[in-house]
Amino acid sequence: MSNHLFTHLDALESESIHIMREVAAECKNPALLFSGGKDSIVMLRLAGKAFRPCKFPFPLVHIDTEHNFPEVIATRDKLAADLGERLIVRSLESSIAKGTIVIKNPDLPRNPYQSVTLLETIEEFGFDACMGGARRDEEKARAKERIFSFRDEFGQWDPKNQRPELWDIYNTRVHSGENIRVFPISNWTELDIWQYIGRENLHIPSIYYAHEREVIRRGDSVIPVSDLVQPKPGEKVEVLSVRFRTVGDVTCTAPVESTASNVDEIIAETASTRITERGATRMDDQTSDASMELRKKEGYF
Amino acid sequence: MNDTTQLLRFITAGSVDDGKSTLIGRLLHDSKSIFEDQFSAISKTSEKRGMSAVDLSLLTDGLQAEREQGITIDVAYRYFATPKRKFIIGDTPGHEQYTRNMVTAASTANLVVILVDARRGVLVQTRRHTYLASLVGIPHIVLAVNKMDMVDYSEARFNEICAEYLAFAAQLGLHDITCVPLSALVGDMLVDRGDNLNWYQGATLMELLENVEIDHDVNTTDFRYPVQWVCRPQTEEYHDFRGFMGRIEAGEVSVGDEITVLPGGKTSKVKEIVTYDGNLQTAYAPQSITLRLTDEIDISRGDMFVKADYLPTVAKEFEAMLCWLSETPLDKNRKYLVKHTTRTAKCLFSSIDYRVDVNTLEQHENPTVSMNDIVHVSMKVQSPLVFDHYQRNRASGSFIVIDEATNNTVAAGMIA
Repeated sequence: MSNHLFTHLDALESESIHIMREVAAECKNPALLFSGGKDSIVMLRLAGKAFRPCKFPFPLVHIDTEHNFPEVIATRDKLAADLGERLIVRSLESSIAKGTIVIKNPDLPRNPYQSVTLLETIEEFGFDACMGGARRDEEKARAKERIFSFRDEFGQWDPKNQRPELWDIYNTRVHSGENIRVFPISNWTELDIWQYIGRENLHIPSIYYAHEREVIRRGDSVIPVSDLVQPKPGEKVEVLSVRFRTVGDVTCTAPVESTASNVDEIIAETASTRITERGATRMDDQTSDASMELRKKEGYF
Repeated sequence: MNDTTQLLRFITAGSVDDGKSTLIGRLLHDSKSIFEDQFSAISKTSEKRGMSAVDLSLLTDGLQAEREQGITIDVAYRYFATPKRKFIIGDTPGHEQYTRNMVTAASTANLVVILVDARRGVLVQTRRHTYLASLVGIPHIVLAVNKMDMVDYSEARFNEICAEYLAFAAQLGLHDITCVPLSALVGDMLVDRGDNLNWYQGATLMELLENVEIDHDVNTTDFRYPVQWVCRPQTEEYHDFRGFMGRIEAGEVSVGDEITVLPGGKTSKVKEIVTYDGNLQTAYAPQSITLRLTDEIDISRGDMFVKADYLPTVAKEFEAMLCWLSETPLDKNRKYLVKHTTRTAKCLFSSIDYRVDVNTLEQHENPTVSMNDIVHVSMKVQSPLVFDHYQRNRASGSFIVIDEATNNTVAAGMIA
């Protein structure tokens, strides 16, 4: 390309747009998973770049654990409304009511159960492709994930039976009842996401920026005090300046200590951080070396 | 990393014994791209296995099955960045499915690092890796002569290996090759120069990765624009809007340019180049854009916009090199699907001319075609494709073959 600087963000953006358009063109009934978190907000902007001035050729879908941060849900609803796009919300509560999810301990994280409600939602609407904001740099099981990831009738991921992906020619074909998960931002890293949020001036929930919060220390993690997480006897509540690097289930998302209050400061912190995003923030991924891989096989993202 | 950071995709080729995993681990470690929690996890594992130093190769271990079997089973992608570039490494394992995995990872790479052990020099597998790199058309090759610490950092040995390699590569028509001596274990000439290779005046491996010129890795002259999706908002505001969405795969396009729509052959002019961030005067590969034309012509997904100055071929028959990826062998009596740019068509193999032995480069006639085989074939498609020779244009010369019965991707093709 002569006289025209194409940066890594330009390259990643163009790749993601290309992927989303392939999904729109080749899949019969796709959906875009949208939670109100930073990665899915980037996905929404990429969808805007891919399809405007047309409406999105798919609905937005959120699988709600009802263990969410209120700021995130508010952002989710506002962004969907501002864009004028259809938002479908399905809650774990509906699966619990039906008896397809049985919660043993109401205080424990609900992420493991999300797969059940997701698969039920896929069946309800007959989605043949769900786009999600997962990235390969998040976790080592994800490093081998395809951009178009094939799932069988049970929503299961078989790491040994994935289609080879060559050039940017994507095989989107599935038999009836099967579906694919598509990850348009596979090749983005946490740092790319923050640089893009800065470049595009994206509005993200306030809890991503440093703020004072009541927390308790458990092991190496700081855990936010909430309705669902209360100090146990002997635990001390502290007020610290923290921010969240990921937002998921309130009971298993830990903030990091930080004073970074804007995107530039977060980029500087991210560029020099020495701990992975999930290592710092997701207690559910630390139970074993292979916990993400096991959850993915069950139908999780 | 800043607003001028470019993206470079590269792969490494070599066997386990060549220290490939150690080299990747070292690049990540010395560029400070390894996180503390990852480092502490592999430190624990190294200790458990009774190793005295941290085994950096463990960083590139991926899935549970591999950890159990002690092998890598697929292509994994790793990411790191320096202030100059963001890097994507396609990490391919070195066992029997090697050809298939290397071709997969190579298909998107700007550069390949081919590793040889300084003690053993250029081996059969080195030739195999180089042949595959040339077949898939990776623009830049770095020969990394590793384990220089095991040959007393001998300049003579390094020169001997380079000379032998360059002679072989020239036979394949490869010219953009840089040789670098290094020790992944010690860390010499990867990120830091170290003190042991002072006779070597060239760039470190990291300097090569950061500075190799990649602007011309895509074809910048022959405009190719496969239509992905047609946007018709049909709203008040965009009443007559018809936008042809796609990505420029090669060349550039400006407002006012005359274009031809293939395979139909109708012509029109570019009225607007629309993007979310405003209209453009000119757009370049590999930008994703929306084009509007001055005339109402019937255009749908699968059509390709080109300019008259260098036309692609429009045909139902062509020859190609094929890398067979599936465990089920090719069945000449069956029809398959070919996906090429944004067009999918039924196809059949009219002849399978020869198989290339990737170790000796000898051609064997009338072959059966099994997984990992590289074959020359003649193909027929039901409706015409709009294509270029792969060596001239990767994007419009490549295709995949899909088995309709299983929906699996069974082959990668390069139009010859």
